Amino acid sequence: MFKSRWPQIMGIHAALMAYSILALFPVLLVVLNAFKDKLAIFSAPYALPNAQTFTLEGFRTLAATANFPAYFLNSFLVTAGSLLLIILVSSMAAFAIAEYPFRLNTLIALYLSIGIMVPIRLGTIGILQLAVKLDLVNTLWILILVYTAQGIPLAVFVLTSFMRQLPKDLKDAARIDGASEYRIYWLTLPLVRPAIGSVLAISMIPIWNDLWFPLILAPGESTKTIVLGASVFLGQFVNDYNAVLAALTLAIVPAVVLYLIFSQQLIKGITAGAVK
Amino acid sequence: MKRRPFPWHLVVFLAPAVIIYTLFMTYPLLGSLALSLQNKPAAGPETFVGLHNYHTLFTAPEWSKPFWNAFWNNVKFFVIHMLVQNPVGLLLAALLVTRIRGAWLYRTIIFTPTILSVVIIGFAWKLILNPAWGISQGILDAVGLGNLNQPWLGLESTALSTLSLISVWQNIGIPMMLFLAALIRIPDELIEAARVDGAGAWTIFWRIQFPLILPTVGIVAVLTFVGNFNAFDLIYATQGALAGPNFASDILGTFFFRTFFGYQLQPGDPYMGATVAGVMLLIILSGVLVYLFAWQRRLQDIQF
Repeated sequence: MFKSRWPQIMGIHAALMAYSILALFPVLLVVLNAFKDKLAIFSAPYALPNAQTFTLEGFRTLAATANFPAYFLNSFLVTAGSLLLIILVSSMAAFAIAEYPFRLNTLIALYLSIGIMVPIRLGTIGILQLAVKLDLVNTLWILILVYTAQGIPLAVFVLTSFMRQLPKDLKDAARIDGASEYRIYWLTLPLVRPAIGSVLAISMIPIWNDLWFPLILAPGESTKTIVLGASVFLGQFVNDYNAVLAALTLAIVPAVVLYLIFSQQLIKGITAGAVK
Repeated sequence: MKRRPFPWHLVVFLAPAVIIYTLFMTYPLLGSLALSLQNKPAAGPETFVGLHNYHTLFTAPEWSKPFWNAFWNNVKFFVIHMLVQNPVGLLLAALLVTRIRGAWLYRTIIFTPTILSVVIIGFAWKLILNPAWGISQGILDAVGLGNLNQPWLGLESTALSTLSLISVWQNIGIPMMLFLAALIRIPDELIEAARVDGAGAWTIFWRIQFPLILPTVGIVAVLTFVGNFNAFDLIYATQGALAGPNFASDILGTFFFRTFFGYQLQPGDPYMGATVAGVMLLIILSGVLVYLFAWQRRLQDIQF
């Protein structure tokens, strides 16, 4: 028999709990204090807001000054547009790479996978020049296209490895029935749904959170994303702690909600991406 | 054999991805590299100058000093990630893989900072470390280390390490998940067999689990390298484009941004900006190549 594992298990719980507190503490501190008046923020930063200290002042300042709903919509359009394009074009390419053994196949797969290791940011100057040429500066389109290019390599990589595992019989049966290659592609999509979910979950976070490309390619008021908008707002209201904390709280909420929805997929996606 | 018709469907399937990727990734990257080989005198057209811009970057004092400062800061930034983020991530994964009750909850909580924007992270930590708010003062007093309290982000000696640790805190979820995924894949029988033979948790980890997840260790190291030498957002969001105090937290990403866009009295310079990007590309590619040739080959010897 093994000796009792109890002390060991308690030790593991203690370590994990300690780290969890470290991970959540700054986030909770921001959210808690967003609902307190200025005096309470400074005098009792760890206290829960109570009847005396509760205030929505910060959120009111926010509503009066910043254009957050519009920024939010921009972020949403850019993220959704990029994800849609990434999934569509990458699944098509992955299908061709996985399905047809032809000479250029390996070469194209290799070419696309270089992007996993080479950050697209290093081409920023070229991208900006291209955007100027195409008259796409300060549009949401340029962000969508750049994020799509950024997302393609990993998406093709993950989707190809999933599509390779699909049984051949299924597709051959469809071919015998006279289905076109396009129809067969369309039929395989639902079969790789878990992989698509994973790709969505991993691609979403860096797009939603990006600061670099919105700052450079679309800093205009009408195209600001929520991250850029929040960073500008924080720069201006740096001493209005109520407003700053309220802005941070509002920016945390959508990310956490999305995370809770997609966390299972995200974990599977990271796992799938790690298989070599 | 009969000649088959040209496979148009292949073109249809591959073209969209290849075109978008080429147009918005390969072409700008090559264009940027080409730009780094050119310059434009005050009057006159753009001319090809070969490696002259690179020469300027490495030798002219007004360029080489900030460049090497940013480079060494970036190396420190990376070393702190490798020494703190990845070992702690591995430790957390090793604890989580014991199938302890509530592992799912711990995993979700520890990954939370990773999904938040750096703007949130940067400001939250700035507030915590702000001497005026004194949150860190309160905590340090409580554990009897009150005299350690300093404006961590405001001192040249501590700003870079503090920012690195904030970045570690935010990104630790990624190595944790990758290590966890690798650890879960190890067959239970191996570990059970070792346990029956009397091996303790420590021995099992170093003799069985760690050697088996070496490929993931390599992937995590190269991902950390690429991510760190390409970092920008956290430093920009907390310290601004000048990467203060007095450039103590300047890394290649912020240096690239300032070179390209200019700041205060220095005007932006696309040619030197492209040159900085070219050097960053070279650094990142050499890291990736070291991984591909040295690490991958070593692994092939180990794997069975």
